[in-house]
Amino acid sequence: MQEMANVFFYGKKYSVPADLTIMAAMEYSGYRLVRGCGCRHGFCGACATIYRIKGQNELKTCLACQTQVQDGMYIATLPFFPADKRNYDMEEISPKQRVMMDLYPEIYSCIGCNACTKGCPQSLNVMQYIAYAQRGDFEKCAEESFDCIGCGICTSRCPAGISHPMVGTLARRLTGKYIAPKSEHLKNRVEEIHSGAFDELIEQIMEKPITEMKELYNNRDIEK
Amino acid sequence: MYTAEMLESIKKVEATRAQRLGVEPRRMTAEEKEELLKKFHPDYREDGFQEIKVGPNKGEKAPFELGTLLHSNSRILNVPIDLNKVDYDVDVLVIGGGGAGSSAAIEAHAAGANVMMVTKLRIGDANTMMAEGGIQAADKENDSPQRHYLDAFGGGHFAARPELLRRLVMEAPDAIQWLNDLGVMFDKDKDGRMITTHGGGTSRKRMHACKDYSGAEIMRVLRDEVWNRQIPVVDFTAAVELIKDDRGQAAGAVLQNMETGEYKVARAKTVIIATGGAGRLHYQNFPTSNHYGATADGLVMGYRAGAPLLYQDTIQYHPTGAAYPAQIFGALVTEKVRSVGAMLINVDGEAFMHPLETRDVAAASIIRECTERGKGIKTPMGYGVWLDTPLIEMLHGEGTIEKRIPAMLRMFLNYGIDMRKQPILVYPTLHYQNGGLEIGGDGFTKVIPNLLVAGEAVGGIHGRNRLMGNSLLDIIVFGRNAGKAAAARSKEIELGVMNLDHLQKYAEELENAGLHTGSVSPMLLPNYTFSMPR
Ligand SMILES: Cc1cc2nc3c(=O)[nH]c(=O)nc-3n(C[C@H](O)[C@H](O)[C@H](O)COP(=O)(O)OP(=O)(O)OC[C@H]3O[C@@H](n4cnc5c(N)ncnc54)[C@H](O)[C@@H]3O)c2cc1C
Ligand code: SF4
Ligand code: SF4
Ligand code: FES
Repeated sequence: MQEMANVFFYGKKYSVPADLTIMAAMEYSGYRLVRGCGCRHGFCGACATIYRIKGQNELKTCLACQTQVQDGMYIATLPFFPADKRNYDMEEISPKQRVMMDLYPEIYSCIGCNACTKGCPQSLNVMQYIAYAQRGDFEKCAEESFDCIGCGICTSRCPAGISHPMVGTLARRLTGKYIAPKSEHLKNRVEEIHSGAFDELIEQIMEKPITEMKELYNNRDIEK
Repeated sequence: MYTAEMLESIKKVEATRAQRLGVEPRRMTAEEKEELLKKFHPDYREDGFQEIKVGPNKGEKAPFELGTLLHSNSRILNVPIDLNKVDYDVDVLVIGGGGAGSSAAIEAHAAGANVMMVTKLRIGDANTMMAEGGIQAADKENDSPQRHYLDAFGGGHFAARPELLRRLVMEAPDAIQWLNDLGVMFDKDKDGRMITTHGGGTSRKRMHACKDYSGAEIMRVLRDEVWNRQIPVVDFTAAVELIKDDRGQAAGAVLQNMETGEYKVARAKTVIIATGGAGRLHYQNFPTSNHYGATADGLVMGYRAGAPLLYQDTIQYHPTGAAYPAQIFGALVTEKVRSVGAMLINVDGEAFMHPLETRDVAAASIIRECTERGKGIKTPMGYGVWLDTPLIEMLHGEGTIEKRIPAMLRMFLNYGIDMRKQPILVYPTLHYQNGGLEIGGDGFTKVIPNLLVAGEAVGGIHGRNRLMGNSLLDIIVFGRNAGKAAAARSKEIELGVMNLDHLQKYAEELENAGLHTGSVSPMLLPNYTFSMPR
């Protein structure tokens, strides 16, 4: 006999196999998902979910696709939360401290409650990355927020109304574009190609008969 | 978390680990590979396929489930749709909110076109978001585009379309530069050199990565850029059929709101299909690594409108899907785990193959180990082999796993498995559609004017097998190209009178062929209700 668990979707009780994820358990119970389901493997942040185990005080948050059901779980999904993204032109902005002040001034109203960090299903130190952003330390903010999947749970918990994943994205883009060291070899190769340095070589290989290509392929040297 | 039987086998893996360290297993010869593929690769299983009975590829094979969709009538065959009531009127209509669609939208917008994106779920709910391993480009001194070409051409069994492959490799460094300049955080050393590794079938280390969130990082940046440019994104809306005009040109699409069911008409001077893959069709009952919306819609819509497919019969099974525990069955274990040193090991602790053979060979080899040779490890869902992850830190030092493959570490830790200390169980998972709609070197389909295809929905770029890292590359290269080409073309277009006549024509062909599948297509979303998960 398969072990079953009793769970409550939006307050209504269902009995589901105990080894299912919350997402699979909803489907098993007959829900046809449109919202709240994207990648199904923990990368897209579509399936933010909030739950409480009956009799326990604590409200917990998780990803429905990555979390196994437990007996007595009261579950509500959070497929959308009104975060606020500000628009900017990456060519115009620069990694100065002011940029956060201009675009996301509400980060300076953080009251340090740490609810964002507690809620993060990726176990990121969210409050810390917001603190880095406040200080204009974009590289650290980028590093600390790197695994963010934008599920919006932190945003839903924040008394200061901060849209954390948007702040992280800005910091990462600033880091990738302006702060990280430039790749000389990449720049050189792009120039070489644009100048036509490989045109003839690529034509040559394109025209080779399959037999010769096989020969070349099977005997190519492989970098250690 | 592991069963007693599994723990028994782990002891054997541990016993041989020291002597395996630093010893590279032999690579297979060309003949050995060929024989292995014929015998064990799912593409060679006759009963997994059916003959296509109608349309441009009549007489060719398609995976059974795709064939059924191609043999089904349109969802809107008998739905009255008023094409005179145009809800959206644009220069460029991008169908699909993944990496290919977003790159196309950005470039079309940059070229001054009036562009709109429609996407079935949200922008970024896409296979692109899930790519872990990385993206190829020949940008190091010891590498070259022609080398990249040879690797991809050979890896794809010498079947790639040269004009497409040429574009892929020649524009690769440019694609990386473009992403870098948009703010994608590639892994670099302190001097700015890209940290690059091997992928299966590469002869040079040219895999660029953003930890093991490569696709997510790229997708997040592209999405942010689409938003910054305020390109209209109509989300939770599927394209259900293409609209043509009386000259046979692509002229837009019929859209459907996924929540309310309402239909809308989008008129467009050019249409870009960027709908991605087909993993959710679960060919041969395999689990899949793909996102929820990977149901081959673009292939079905394009085919019904008359665009031919290419290599629709070749599917990529990723050798290392998670085989255990059940909750993550089929989820991808990125190839990067092997790139950084993990080996494939059987129940007796033997390294039964070189860990970096091409994906088709590796998948077939794992299937052989678990079937004919009987050396798989039993799981509740079937069998698996070990991926010996603790080797990684023995080779590269403590902390490597957390730094280089954090998503993998997290996924297994969720279920109490610490891959730094214990190996993990893997088995092939349905991963990628090698084939798709045929395009020319300019990105347009060859038979329907003004219709472009980009990304995983294209067939022919990779031939009959795709190398790791060449797909993220193709969505950028061909996505950008499609956006630019569509924007340019839209300036010259005069649209005629719109119609959906091809739906009726296709219905007649089905009728004449005596085909009645009992379903309609495209599928839009899989149906998992009341069933056990896949
Ligand atoms: C788990 C995983 C890991 C991978 N790792 C790598 C890797 O390391 N390196 C690499 O190079 N490649 C990798 N790949 C492959 C690569 O990520 C994909 O092939 C590629 O991202 C596909 O991009 P795309 O834009 O064509 O499609 P997608 O990103 O899948 O986007 C398709 C979009 O179209 C939408 N859509 C579908 N049908 C419709 C419709 N009818 N109407 C409207 N919208 C629709 C979808 O919802 C989605 O938004 C991986 C794939 C997966 C699944
Ligand atoms: S930082 Fe916020 S949005 Fe990002 S993963 Fe954590 S909770 Fe989700
Ligand atoms: S939840 Fe908001 S206010 Fe609380 S610590 Fe996080 S950012 Fe600050
Ligand atoms: S569905 Fe994408 S994170 Fe859960």
